[in-house]
Amino acid sequence: MQIRTPEFKESARIALHDVGLQKALGNVKNGFPGKRAAAMARLPEFDALRDQARDVKNHVIAHLDLYLEQFEAKVLENGGHVHWCRTSEDARQTILKICREQNARTVTKGKSMVTEEINLNEFLEQNGIQPIETDLGEYIIQLRGEHPSHIIAPAIHLNLEDVADTFHAHHHTPRSVDPKVLMQEARERLREKFAAADVGITGANFLVAETGSSIIVTNEGNGDLTQILPNTHIVVTSIEKVVPTLEDMTLFLRLLARSATGQECSVYNTLSTGGRRPGDQDGPENFHVVLVDNGRSDMVGNDFQDMLRCIRCAACMNHCPVYGAVGGHSYGWVYPGPMGSVLTPQMIGIEQGALLPNASTFCGKCESVCPVHIPLPKLMRHWREKEFEKHLTPRTARWGLGGWAFMARRPALYRKFSALSNAALRLMAGKKGYIRKIPMVGAWTDWRDMPAPSGKTFMQQWQEKQRSGH
Amino acid sequence: MNETIINQTTAKAPVVGLFVTCLADLYRPEIAFATVKLLELAGCKVEVPEQQTCCGQPAFNSGDRQTTADIARQTIEAFDGFEYIVAPSGSCIGMLHHYPELFERNDPWFERAMSLKSRAFEITQFLVDVIDFTAIESRFSGHVTYHDSCAGLRELGVKQQPRTLLQQLPGVKLTELVDSEVCCGFGGTFCVKYPDISNRMVSDKSTNIANTGADTLLGGDLGCLLNMAGKLKREGIRVDVRHVVELLADMTSQPPLASSSYDLATKV
Amino acid sequence: MSKAEILGNIRRGLGGKITDEARATVKNRIQAHAPNLIPARGQLPAAERLALFINMARESAAELIELNDLADLPAALDQHMQSLGITELIMAQDKCLTSLDWSPLQNKQTTQRVSQVGDLASLTTAFLGIAETGTLMLYSRAESPTTLNFLPDTHYVVLRREDIVGVYEDAWNQLREETGGQMPRTVNLITGPSRSADIEQTLQMGAHGPRQLVIYLI
Repeated sequence: MQIRTPEFKESARIALHDVGLQKALGNVKNGFPGKRAAAMARLPEFDALRDQARDVKNHVIAHLDLYLEQFEAKVLENGGHVHWCRTSEDARQTILKICREQNARTVTKGKSMVTEEINLNEFLEQNGIQPIETDLGEYIIQLRGEHPSHIIAPAIHLNLEDVADTFHAHHHTPRSVDPKVLMQEARERLREKFAAADVGITGANFLVAETGSSIIVTNEGNGDLTQILPNTHIVVTSIEKVVPTLEDMTLFLRLLARSATGQECSVYNTLSTGGRRPGDQDGPENFHVVLVDNGRSDMVGNDFQDMLRCIRCAACMNHCPVYGAVGGHSYGWVYPGPMGSVLTPQMIGIEQGALLPNASTFCGKCESVCPVHIPLPKLMRHWREKEFEKHLTPRTARWGLGGWAFMARRPALYRKFSALSNAALRLMAGKKGYIRKIPMVGAWTDWRDMPAPSGKTFMQQWQEKQRSGH
Repeated sequence: MNETIINQTTAKAPVVGLFVTCLADLYRPEIAFATVKLLELAGCKVEVPEQQTCCGQPAFNSGDRQTTADIARQTIEAFDGFEYIVAPSGSCIGMLHHYPELFERNDPWFERAMSLKSRAFEITQFLVDVIDFTAIESRFSGHVTYHDSCAGLRELGVKQQPRTLLQQLPGVKLTELVDSEVCCGFGGTFCVKYPDISNRMVSDKSTNIANTGADTLLGGDLGCLLNMAGKLKREGIRVDVRHVVELLADMTSQPPLASSSYDLATKV
Repeated sequence: MSKAEILGNIRRGLGGKITDEARATVKNRIQAHAPNLIPARGQLPAAERLALFINMARESAAELIELNDLADLPAALDQHMQSLGITELIMAQDKCLTSLDWSPLQNKQTTQRVSQVGDLASLTTAFLGIAETGTLMLYSRAESPTTLNFLPDTHYVVLRREDIVGVYEDAWNQLREETGGQMPRTVNLITGPSRSADIEQTLQMGAHGPRQLVIYLI
């Protein structure tokens, strides 16, 4: 997909004025946080599980090479295939090759952000293979020619009316605004597609090294129909998803649904291990795992290693006031919200991605809800450091910072400058306690007044007091 | 370095270095004076080191580690020897707590930064958690609401402390603010780098503030208070905005933020 | 090529070569497959465990019907299918089910095959129930084709009370024991019927999988 991250500010401005989008975003703010909090309250061990999950992930990252090798060995042992892909292009070609071997004309897909990352759908279409998204939200946005605006609720930017219009246009059915009717329409249409598909592609929430299993977590059951009906199942996933054992996977399952949707657990947690066994009456003959790197191995040992712990629950964006204001599409690439603000610069480069790690007040809410304690503000700050080191920081900001820094390191000069600013602000305010417009500070005064200083600086007054006191 | 002060026993008055914070210095000295008053009421001896400037957060959050480290060393030296460092800001104290991240572990400054961190407290946290001083008296009476500023809340755990202190004031009625823990959109340079988004956040905050029906908004961080006071004023919502220490120290004779005696007289 | 590059890159990030110690750590962890923290909720005596399973399954919107004996199943199904207007029940060649006396099914039939698009109802047994979340565990094998769990509109599941474990950790151990440590092709953990909240975050039941999940507790 086209990278539009450098246009973040403009996209955000448009999003803030999009009435429909703003209404839809209300469903994020008013839904997910409360549900997560309720689920947490029902599980007293929740925070202890988070600590343990962080530790297990850190252990895995410290032995990532070995766990991946072990995972591969178990997949092979169970008759599956593993494909290691350094880049998006490697992954696309690998998947195309498998599809071609199956003479695939249509491919059904379960929800997968990694396939968004590698831009798979567009590529398959260009190569004459029709990809069909089967997750309801993904299905809706595919019909509309859009990309997900959220990693677990891909159509969260839409309202019921939008879905009604879309289905009416594409299904040629009477327009309905009953969500039940709409879902039924999607169910019926996709049923035929599931059965007719030559290849099913899913993502994976976790890979289990112990058994060579991949697991998907869904509520709809679309991922299951995607993988059991066609002859070939391709799991497209990324290298950091591996966990050691079924017990470790269980630890993460206890955190995932609760952090994501506030459910006790998702409806379908399905483990897939290899292809059809002797005696099996159904299920895919062929089982392929496409392991995508795409910059992740570069994160091992660098400043962003903690990000490899991410389990894609979306709690960070569900609780982020910036995401809540501008929505996922404003971020201009695959991953939105705080996790996207860390991951995107890694994948598209800081040159193109710098606006995202800057678009945070560092309020820290994301870190406080992260099930694996990723210090997201700290990682965003690291990107700002890279930006600063590479002299990518906008010139005016750099000059302003430089001038301020010069004084901040010289206390006496700083005192004088504060006193001068204080006097200037009071002069501008006149008798009033606020200033309506300050030249050059329009970013503030276009939207709000500037309170005026109430008197001389504290340091001036303190010194006067000390002098008169003696 | 003044080792003798650190080694004093608690029987003697604790010596506190006031970290004024640039915003309080520039915009609202009353906050710093109120902090001094509260500390003295609590039995502390307060000094204001001359060598302090800013905590360095603007540089830190802009990715300029070198400048941040320079300022950190300056601040560490300015507060050497003080038993405690107290500021009327969770954000600035939170920044002081970040100082150890700026130095390698084998750098002698790392230890000094750790020491500073262990001695640095936000004012309400200091009063309640450190020296257990809650004997607050104030003539203030009114209906207030409270915004929990992010850095104090999530970096330092400041939540109950200001409420504990406000409960000592019989004239204060507190109505909790819906989404009191959601960021107001200030975020230091964020509010000028992303003005539209910041505006949305502070607009939502203003609406919530107005909905409480309170006549005074309190908080513990002047940056956030300037943002909210400026927005409330622009929107014509008549809510007084004050730093919580102004009430606690019974120093509310000064007009609230973004107001003057002229405004009050002319009812602007 | 890519594999060597990826692993090489990871190893560079981790600071060099693989040590025997690291290999042993990984091997031992996998062999031990030790439990992590297990929530107290599911660690209960049998009676309470059963009650928890029932509560959690009902909370997940599964319908739960208690029977005294497996022999009562055909009559119970007859009644339920009647209420839904279902006339055909798809099931696998699962001896536990095929050996029952199905004559109580009036004007209805059982068919033994995998499921196809258009099937209205299926009947399967569950390998285990997990009380912690009211979850069913099924796994693929000749007598349990996976399509039966997903294609039909209504999924009837037979679960024995004694097959209810407290927590997932117990379930994994029983699965390992049952399958001789050889992971089946598919393991399904099913908690309630299919649903989606993708339209305006409003929950709708019956997305792609079964609209109804009916558990017969024997």
